[in-house]
Amino acid sequence: MNEIALLIAATLSSGTPLALAGLGLLINEKVGVVNLGAEGMMLIAAVVGFAAAFHSGSPTVAFAAAAAAGALSAGLFGALVIWLNTNQYATGLAVSLFGGGFSAFVGVEYIGKTLEGRSMHSVPLLGDLPFVGPALFQQHPMVYLTMLFALAIGLFFNRTRTGLVLRSVGENPESAHALGYPVRWLRLLCVMAGGALCGLGGAYISVVYAPLWAEGMIAGRGWIALALTVFATWRAARLLLGAYLFGGVTMLQLALQGAGVDVPSQFMSMLPYLATIVVLVLISSNPQWIRLNMPSSLGKPFYPGR
Amino acid sequence: MLQLEARAEASAFWRYASPVVALGITLALSALLFVALGKDPVRGLQIFLLEPWNGTRAITELALKSTALTLCALGLALCFRSNVWNIGAEGQFLAGGIAAGGLAMWLTMQKTGISNWAFFPLATLAGALGGAIWASITAALKDRFNANEILVSLMLVYVANLLLSYLVFGPWKDPKGFNFPQTVTFDMAIPRLLSGFRVHWGAVVAVVAVVMMWVFMSRTFKGYQLQVGGQAAAASRYAGFSARSTLWTCLLTSGAFAGIAGAYEVTGPIGQLTPFVSVGYGFTAIIVAFVGRLHPVGCVAASVLLSTFLIGGQLAQSRIGLPAALTGLFQGILLFSLLACDTLINHRIRLKAKP
Repeated sequence: MNEIALLIAATLSSGTPLALAGLGLLINEKVGVVNLGAEGMMLIAAVVGFAAAFHSGSPTVAFAAAAAAGALSAGLFGALVIWLNTNQYATGLAVSLFGGGFSAFVGVEYIGKTLEGRSMHSVPLLGDLPFVGPALFQQHPMVYLTMLFALAIGLFFNRTRTGLVLRSVGENPESAHALGYPVRWLRLLCVMAGGALCGLGGAYISVVYAPLWAEGMIAGRGWIALALTVFATWRAARLLLGAYLFGGVTMLQLALQGAGVDVPSQFMSMLPYLATIVVLVLISSNPQWIRLNMPSSLGKPFYPGR
Repeated sequence: MLQLEARAEASAFWRYASPVVALGITLALSALLFVALGKDPVRGLQIFLLEPWNGTRAITELALKSTALTLCALGLALCFRSNVWNIGAEGQFLAGGIAAGGLAMWLTMQKTGISNWAFFPLATLAGALGGAIWASITAALKDRFNANEILVSLMLVYVANLLLSYLVFGPWKDPKGFNFPQTVTFDMAIPRLLSGFRVHWGAVVAVVAVVMMWVFMSRTFKGYQLQVGGQAAAASRYAGFSARSTLWTCLLTSGAFAGIAGAYEVTGPIGQLTPFVSVGYGFTAIIVAFVGRLHPVGCVAASVLLSTFLIGGQLAQSRIGLPAALTGLFQGILLFSLLACDTLINHRIRLKAKP
């Protein structure tokens, strides 16, 4: 019983960075920009967040710094793809490669360092409940904040006027431009907001989940988050569920090993990556389903006044 | 106010000037970085750019790294030209390495005493098969289920890494290796080009591959079909060129080339399988392909440049105590600058008075 509660708790925790990054990418993609740089932005934010936490001792400062780092690196990406109309795939890859190099370079002096004063978190009253308490209500505040983000982003895009404008930018930038909306600036804003969320995801891993810095520690979560946006057919609530599902797959390996299942650990570690492939295959095999849900201008450059 | 204006025709000048300018920007930023880190920028750049060229041994090491990078980048150039986004060359490199390494291990255990020259074609074939099979997973899933090749090929990099790790920690571990995660040291190696230096005949294979690829891309109808598909998908469909055939050709070719690179690395300079057979060649090759203008000959030049960076990073670590990760940082800056400069191929900057 207790193990199950812990497993649920661990699933929520390991799904959170995926959800944060996935939601960030969802915002990007809703306005028509696909950012393959998620992995790099998360790495940059992870090392910046860890450094900030290490020097300031405050997780809040760490998350703020990481969000800023994510937004800045996304801003650089955005400036290139939105104003200079560089290829979105190539530029995103550049962010990922740069992020890997930058984080490894800056991170050298933080290898082996630990963060002091890990605090236990518990929601008042609810956290004391038997089973439900340890399963759901003893998480870092960022876990609950992520759920709120998902709810807010879903409502924002589907129920507000601004959300509608942003969706129109992603569906048909030419029309949005003709109606007088500043398509490029709106795209940049969303790209940077997405970067900030990816940054929070990166910092969650290095400051809360691990908590330590290791080179390449994001370990493909940025790419899995990209797959999640497809899996969720660009819906925030579905994305959150998908993230927890993947978090569960990550935890499954530990649970199976704990239960004494004799499979080499490397095969267990392959699970999230294989699951991503399986999910992509399942969701993509119905092209209509993707076409109906995907923002139409996704990945395409926009030239105003052409 | 500065404004970008679309050119009527792509500028041939900027297509080739852009990498040069990008390199200039990268070096300028690197010099600034050295200053910021309290190092002498002249000395820093000297170590980074010139030291890797200093002496016969250094140049043969450059050739060794350039061989691996060129082979990986050739296939990627074909893929990117054809709008097939294979970014999993690293996984295909590892798969080729595993295949050739497994073969070499088996031949060693059987005490076949096979000569290096007889082993050379076998290793090449094993590597090509390993890499092509690994890439074919991506091709099959894209072809049959329309699964995004970027994500699938990248996920397979992690899977290949873990597979290699499983093999060397598990069934392929050298029983007499003091429990280190590595296979036996192979009895044979692919033949060396110069005795006493690690550079091997794979370098010659790479040069042949460059010529073959150039002929294929610019002198055959099939190569033309692939590139039409990349530049104008609608025109290509209208002409009846098969997108499926493009997908498979590109992925199998680039998988095979990356696999051969992995095979040579494992059965050449390393001589056994370890968890660390790649230093990220498959990812660096992406930058090589772009810097080399997606052209086979350009890929060679870009490979030499990026190899200089790779070795320069190691030297910067040993000589002036900077982390070797500096290389990755410079690579990233180079690709960023390149993409920005590439804007000038299709655009010009105009000075426009404010209305």
